[in-house]
Amino acid sequence: MRVRLLFFAVLRDIAGRGDAELELPEGTRPREVWQQLRAQHHELAAYEQPPLTAINESYASPDDVLREGDELAFIPPVAGG
Amino acid sequence: MSHLTDAPIDTASLIGSVMRPSDGAYVLFEGVVRNHHDGRAVESIFYDAYRPMAEKEIERITSKVRNEWPEVAVAIVHRLGLLRVGDSSIAIVCSSPHRGESFAACRAMIDRIKTTVPIWKKERGPSGEEWVGWQK
Repeated sequence: MRVRLLFFAVLRDIAGRGDAELELPEGTRPREVWQQLRAQHHELAAYEQPPLTAINESYASPDDVLREGDELAFIPPVAGG
Repeated sequence: MSHLTDAPIDTASLIGSVMRPSDGAYVLFEGVVRNHHDGRAVESIFYDAYRPMAEKEIERITSKVRNEWPEVAVAIVHRLGLLRVGDSSIAIVCSSPHRGESFAACRAMIDRIKTTVPIWKKERGPSGEEWVGWQK
């Protein structure tokens, strides 16, 4: 299935891009996507636990099951205001 | 109405958008870029957001505040992009027949927005730049 992964703030700097199209096995969870990112980017090696997770513009659990066409984003510590 | 803008915030029009003839007070909160953070000099801040989600999250917080303080009218706008020292990054206006409710609602708005809205800031100064809150 295809999932769109969005990068913001520090994660956009680390990934070097704003988004990525992922081809994932059915049943994949955000936590597993995060582990893939950690394997790709040494800057994330120390972050065993994923940051807050959003699916389709709402906060979700990193253990929710992703579905075809979902938009996934990891939310680094927010600093608005 | 959008709660995000790339332009300087027009507080006068924000106030005008909430005031009703029955209101006897408004409270205006503005967050401003300051020239220091954690002992380091700051020259500018770049604000980034997950825009559609930030809009939804601000709307969710605003609705909840309106429910908790039904006599208060609320307006809020957050600026994004590159801001310099002295620029306002956020403005919140709460108005009500009496002042107490507006003070309380305005305080709740800014405290909650800082907690959950997906907006980030990268501080820039003489010693480099850093995403606030991210431990390297």
